[in-house]
Amino acid sequence: MFLAVRDLRFAKGRFALMGAVVGLISLLVVLLTGLTAGLSRQSISAITSLPGDRVAFSTPAAGESASYASSRLSPSARDTAARQPGVTDAASLTLAPGRVEAGGRQAAVTLFAAEPGSFVAPAGLSADRVAVGEDLARDQRLATGDTVRIGGRSYAVAEVVPDASYNHTPVVWAPPSALAGTAGGGSVLVLRTGSGFDRDGFEWAVGARVMTVGDSVSAVGSYTAENGSLTLMRVLLMAVSALVVGAFFTVWTIQRTPDLAVLKAIGARTGYLVRDALSQALVLLVVGGGLGTMLAAALGRLAARSVPFVVDASTTLVPLLMLVAVGLVGAAGALRRIATVDPITALGAAR
Amino acid sequence: MSTALSLSDVTVTYPDGDRRLTALDAVSLDVAAGEMVAVVGPSGSGKSTLLAVAGLLLTPDSGRLEIAGQDVTGLGRGRAADVRRTSLGLVFQQSNLIASLTAREQLEMVARLAGRHGAPVRARADELLDAVGLTEAADRRPHQLSGGQRQRVGIARALMNDPALLLIDEPTSALDHERGAAVVDLLARVTRERAVGTVMVTHDRTTLDATHRAMEMVDGRLAALVP
Repeated sequence: MFLAVRDLRFAKGRFALMGAVVGLISLLVVLLTGLTAGLSRQSISAITSLPGDRVAFSTPAAGESASYASSRLSPSARDTAARQPGVTDAASLTLAPGRVEAGGRQAAVTLFAAEPGSFVAPAGLSADRVAVGEDLARDQRLATGDTVRIGGRSYAVAEVVPDASYNHTPVVWAPPSALAGTAGGGSVLVLRTGSGFDRDGFEWAVGARVMTVGDSVSAVGSYTAENGSLTLMRVLLMAVSALVVGAFFTVWTIQRTPDLAVLKAIGARTGYLVRDALSQALVLLVVGGGLGTMLAAALGRLAARSVPFVVDASTTLVPLLMLVAVGLVGAAGALRRIATVDPITALGAAR
Repeated sequence: MSTALSLSDVTVTYPDGDRRLTALDAVSLDVAAGEMVAVVGPSGSGKSTLLAVAGLLLTPDSGRLEIAGQDVTGLGRGRAADVRRTSLGLVFQQSNLIASLTAREQLEMVARLAGRHGAPVRARADELLDAVGLTEAADRRPHQLSGGQRQRVGIARALMNDPALLLIDEPTSALDHERGAAVVDLLARVTRERAVGTVMVTHDRTTLDATHRAMEMVDGRLAALVP
């Protein structure tokens, strides 16, 4: 670090510019990561927080894949499913787009209709009581005990549940009677399974397609497409930062080749010089990336008031660490050049 | 007196088109501790190649090389760097200081390469800067020093690891006559006081009086200089 920090201070203009570039890239990466996490929470949080471990869909038509919207696994299949080996419990769940009216305002929601008392249903759910997602509760200023109207019937709010969004709409957990006023929706079975679960046997016996809850996010409308394109943007930004850092350290190493030759001539080993230069890259990446990440976190907190945005360790520290890691890989690629510097060039005759 | 450098029958050839050019032709040279040897000769005569071989920067085709009584013939790059770090002091034509380091830090860098730092290293750096008359300039960077001062820092840096052998490449080429003579006098003094063997390659024949011996390099062959 001895030489690295002195070079950093001596050439501070150049390093400040490069740090700013790293900072701006990290700003973009962290903003995109927070937005991706926010959108994904809006899209699938009600699915990933389902209390079961597997989901059974009706067998999709040839050439199509299973989907929450188009599955028609009738509640009558529940008893057959519950009897299959390895299934400890099964509960029917119907997802339907609907409208909720509260205090004269209407909101588009997704109704998650479940039998009160079944294991998927929130504890407070009953024939005339519903549970609302916290997003809806916040937007409509609903609290426990308030009344909402769904399809012409009144229900009391029994509970406000966290992580309840589906396909960018808030979720209302309701009894099946609330489906009366809707055009209907997709129905699936949520399963709790044990060690003896036989997927093929189950699918044959019930006429279903089974996925784990985690995999079933691919069956949520546009989730795969939107998540895929945002992830691709983040990956490309990471690659850009590795290339930019690599290009910077290539030029920087070429510029200081005479210094490197002298240092080698007075006895520096290549390993020492590479470690020293890598520590310089690390300082650059951590300081530049750290500042960009802090700025992004601050902007993200502001943005979270109007757009779905998540600011936590997984959307700030994790992308920062990844950026530092790929930046170091880029720098390391450039610093291989140090090995090829010939100390004999420090002597006059060879220059 | 012990031998700082011993070259026996060292031959170096370079590819030159279809043929090979002989840069050093069976050169032998012994330099004792406390002795200063000047090597003069026209450009292209092979005197820089001699310095490169003695500095373990170039592996000769044949011949034997000893530094401070140790056989260092044909060492790998890493081991050669170790010998340079522990036993050799190199002074370059343009002093070749690192732009971002102060004069004192140039010296401390040498100790850092050997994994040493702290108060004793600092004290030794200051002692050496004092010995070359640069006490006042310890905190200046190369661009704040004159050419002569830079060359003095280069000499102090070469002494930092207490070398057995000093190799000096054209120390006066960037200096006027008066400052060049002062630098060579300084080299003669440190050679004597620190009992180090010194080889100075130069084309400046006016500085030879300060040395113990002068050799002349002609077409890759080394011979005693006839005044």
